[in-house]
Amino acid sequence: MSARDEILRKVRSAIAGTTPVTTPVQPPPGATAPDLVAHFAERVADYRAVVVRTDPGGLAAAVADSLPAGVRVVVPPGLGDLVPGAVIDAGLTAVELDAVDAVVTRCRVGIAETGTIVLDHEPDQGRRAITLVPDLHVCIVDAGQVVADVPDAFAHLDPRRPLTWISGPSATSDIELDRVEGVHGPRVLWVIVVEPAAPRPGEAAG
Amino acid sequence: MVPGGRAANTKEHVVRVALMVTCINDALYARTGQAVVTLLRRLGVDVAFPERQTCCAQPMVNTGYLTAAVPVVRNYVDTFADYDYVVTPSGSCAGSVRHQHDLVARRSGDPGLRRAVAETSPRTLELSEFLVDVLGVTDVGAYYPHTVTYHPTCHSLRMLGVGDRPRMLLENVRGLTLLDLPGAEECCGFGGTFAVKNADTSIAMGVDKARRVCDTGAEVLVAGDNSCLTHLGGVLTRQRAAVRTVHLAEILASTEEGRS
Amino acid sequence: MTGTFVGMPKFPVAAREALGDAQLRHNLAHATGTIRGKRLRLIDEVNASTPEGTAWEELRLAGAAVKERALLSLGDQLEQLEANLVANGATVHWARDAAEANAIVARVAKAHDVDEVVKVKSMVTQEIDLNEALEAEGIAAWETDLAELIVQLGGDLPSHILVPAIHRNRAEIRDIFLRRMGETGRPAPADLTDDPAILAGAAREHLREKFLRARMAVSGANFAIADTGTLVVVESEGNGRMCLTLPDVLVSVVGIEKVVPTWTELDPLLRLLPRSSTGERMNPYTSTWTGVTPGDGPQEVHVVLLDNGRTRALADETGRQALRCIRCSACLNVCPVYERTGGHAYGSVYPGPIGAILNPLLKGVGHDEQVDSLPYASSLCGACFEACPVRIDIPSVLVDQRAQVVDARRGGRPSGEELAMRAGAAALSDARRLALGERFAGVGIRLARRLPGLPGLRGWTSARDLPDPPTESFRAWWKRTDGGRRPDPTGEQR
Repeated sequence: MSARDEILRKVRSAIAGTTPVTTPVQPPPGATAPDLVAHFAERVADYRAVVVRTDPGGLAAAVADSLPAGVRVVVPPGLGDLVPGAVIDAGLTAVELDAVDAVVTRCRVGIAETGTIVLDHEPDQGRRAITLVPDLHVCIVDAGQVVADVPDAFAHLDPRRPLTWISGPSATSDIELDRVEGVHGPRVLWVIVVEPAAPRPGEAAG
Repeated sequence: MVPGGRAANTKEHVVRVALMVTCINDALYARTGQAVVTLLRRLGVDVAFPERQTCCAQPMVNTGYLTAAVPVVRNYVDTFADYDYVVTPSGSCAGSVRHQHDLVARRSGDPGLRRAVAETSPRTLELSEFLVDVLGVTDVGAYYPHTVTYHPTCHSLRMLGVGDRPRMLLENVRGLTLLDLPGAEECCGFGGTFAVKNADTSIAMGVDKARRVCDTGAEVLVAGDNSCLTHLGGVLTRQRAAVRTVHLAEILASTEEGRS
Repeated sequence: MTGTFVGMPKFPVAAREALGDAQLRHNLAHATGTIRGKRLRLIDEVNASTPEGTAWEELRLAGAAVKERALLSLGDQLEQLEANLVANGATVHWARDAAEANAIVARVAKAHDVDEVVKVKSMVTQEIDLNEALEAEGIAAWETDLAELIVQLGGDLPSHILVPAIHRNRAEIRDIFLRRMGETGRPAPADLTDDPAILAGAAREHLREKFLRARMAVSGANFAIADTGTLVVVESEGNGRMCLTLPDVLVSVVGIEKVVPTWTELDPLLRLLPRSSTGERMNPYTSTWTGVTPGDGPQEVHVVLLDNGRTRALADETGRQALRCIRCSACLNVCPVYERTGGHAYGSVYPGPIGAILNPLLKGVGHDEQVDSLPYASSLCGACFEACPVRIDIPSVLVDQRAQVVDARRGGRPSGEELAMRAGAAALSDARRLALGERFAGVGIRLARRLPGLPGLRGWTSARDLPDPPTESFRAWWKRTDGGRRPDPTGEQR
C-alpha cells in the first residue's frame, strides 16, 4: 500500500463513527471604528512604521519625501511614473535587488484594526522579491482600500494569488523578548495614505 | 430553611442539604467541617452528614486509576442521591464531582451510573457557590479581626468558575482586612499526585507563592481548599513564616461571641 | 550541529536539574511574564470591541470549530488539498513517518544537486530531525529564524515553541555569535555588543549571503487551505519571506492536521494566532502561496504531507483535540510548571502543557518512561485551557493520558502505586473501612514527623512540614456529638 493510501485509510478509520460538519464555520464579525482611515493610520504607526496622510495632489511630493537623496529605487512595472529615475523591475536577481535601497509600491487592502497592509503582487506591487530585499518599503494605500478588520479583508483577497500581509517593519523578539524592529525584511516601512482632496471643515483653503 | 434556589421549601418538600466534608477534611481538618455546620445552621440550613460518604475519587482519577475510581463514584452517587444540594468546603472536590465523575462513569460502561452522575454532579456546590447562589447571602454575619490575603485555588477559579464569590464573602466579614495577593491566580504547586511525583517543581511553585503571601504582610492566608493550604502551610512553617493558613469556612463561621 | 532529544531522562529528573539553574529561571520568568501581559491586554481590547464583551470567547469557539471540522472530515479534506495543490503546479508527497519525510526532502535536494538549504522556522522539521538527516546526506540545513540560529550555532536544543532560545540571555547570545558564526559563514563583527538590535543586525548580515545564494528552501506551514491549495506561513523577521521567495525550489513539510477546510475559515485563526503567541494584533509578515506563480517566487514547489503519529492521535477520542493546536505557545507562557523548568525538561520539540499531551498522543504510551512521565508534569491548574485559542482542554486530556499510561503498564507486577491506589479505592468505596483507616491517620502523621526520611514522603518533607496530627476525625466528632447538637462533655471543638 502506498504511503498516501495508508495514511488516508488510517485517517478514515480514526474518525469513523463521528459526524462531519459540512458547512463552513461562520466566524464572528471583526472590530469596527468610526473613522477607518484614522484608525488605520494610528495602528500602522503603533508598529513603528512611518505613516503619512496626503491627498492625490500631494502624492508625488509625499513619495519624494519618503526617499532619502541619492538612494537607488526599484518600482513594479504597473506603478506608473511616480518615482523619477527609479529602476522598473523586469526580473532583477536577488543579488541585484540587494544593491537597491528602496522600493515603492501600492497594495491591495489595508486593515485598520490590525494596522496591516496586504499585497497581492499584481503589477502595481510587483514580484514578492522586490518588496522584500530592499531596506525601505514605501507603500501607497488609497483610503478606499482600507477595511475595518481581518474578516473584511478576506472578501477582497484572491487566495490563488500569492499574498503578503505586512504589519509594520520586520521584527524579532527572540532575544529576551525585547522587540527589535528590522531583521531580514525592510527595516523601514513607510506608509502613504491617500485620501480624497475634499477640504476638511474648518480648514482654510489654499 | 433554604430560601430560593433549585427548590424552595414548601409544605410538601423540605429542601435537603448534605455536607460532603471531603476525605482530607474528615481525616485531618475536622474543624473545617465543623465550621461549615456551624455556619449553615446560623443561616438556617439544617445540614445533614450522610455517614456513607467517603471521597470524590479525585486522587485515583488524577493519578490515572479510572477503574479503581468507579466504586468510589458509585458510592458517591448512592450516598447523595436523595439530597437537593451537596455542599462541600473544597473547590477541588466540587470540581472533581462536576467534571470528572462523568469521565469515570463513561469508563465503567454502566449507563445507569452515567445517569446517576448526571443527577448528582450539578447539585454538588462549593461552599461559596452555595452561600451566594442558593442562599443569596454575601454577608454571613461573621467577625474576624485579622489581616487576611486570599488565594483563589485553581479548581475553584478555573474548573468551577467561582469568580468573586469568596472575596465578596470575605469583604463582608467584620473586623477583617483583605489584602491583595499579587499573582493570586497562579497555582500554588500542590496538584495532588503532582506534589509527590514532581516534588521539586511543586516545592518551587509553593516557595514562590509563599514569598508573595509573606510580602503582603497578612497574618492569615485563606483559601477554599485545605489541600492547597496543607502544601502552602507546610512551606510556610518550614520557612518559619508567621503567616497562618485558615480555611474560608472557618473565617465565615467565626463570630464576635465565638472569638476565634 | 543541533542536538537531539533522544535519551532524555524522565520529566522529574530533568526538571530537578533545570530548577537548579537560577539564570534559566530568571530568563524564563522575565520572558513569560512579559508575553503574558501583552496577550492579556490584547484580549481585553478584543472584548472591548463589542458591548457584550465576549468577542474573544466567540473567536475561540470559531477557531476550535474550524479545526474540529477539519479533523472530523480529514480524509476528504486531504484529498481536496492534494488535488488543488497539484492543479496549481505543486508536487505532493505523502510520508508515513520521519524517515520517509526526510528521504523525500533529501531526494529533491539531490535532484537539484544542492549541498545546502535555507530553512524557515518549522516545528515539524524539528520533530522529524530533518537537519540531522540532511547532514548525513552531506546537505547543510541553515536555520534562519534568529532564535533557531542561536540554538543551531550553540549546538543547543530548542526550549520554547515560539522563542526557541528563551533560555538564553543576551550575553550568552553574544558569546555564541562571536565564537560560532565564523565557522559557517560570515563572522560576527569583533566589536559585537549584547544590545539586541546589534545582535539582530549581526544575524541579518550573517544570513543575507545565505539567502542570496540559496537555491532550495525548506519550510513548514501554519495552515494548509483545502479548498484552494494555499499554504500559509506566519512569521515576524522576514526570514520566512526570504526562504519562500528567493530560491528556485521550495519544499514544505506539512503535518496532516494543518488543514483548514476553506479560505474564509482561515480568518478566525489569523485573528487568534498572533494575539495568543507574540501578543500582537498581527504578526509582521504572513505569506500565502498556492502552488507555483509563474515569474514570481519558487518555480518548483513540493509539499510533503506527514503523518508521524497524527493518525494515532486522531483515533484517540479524548486526545484528538490536541491536533487542533496552532502552535501559538500561549499554554507554555501561562504554565507555572513550564515557567520554572523551561522547555528542555519535556524532552521534546513540543514542550509545556501541549507537549505533555501531544508527545504521548503522537508516540503512544507504555514503551518509553520519558514519554509516560509527561502527562504527570502538570498540577492540573487549568491555566493552559483558559489561554488556549482553540480551546484544547489540556487538563482533561492529561488525566485521560494518565489513565492510558496506567493501563499500558498494567499486566506486569503491580507497582507500589497501583497497590496503594487499589487499597485506597477499597477504603474509599466503603465508609466503615474508611473510618477504621482514619483512626490510624494521626498515627501515620506522627510517625512520618518522627521519620522524615520515610520512603514516599521524602519528596513531601524535603521542604514542607506536615500538618499537626488530628485528635479526632470529622466523622468521629459527628457521631460523638450528634453533629454538634449534643453538648460536648469536654467543651472542646477539635
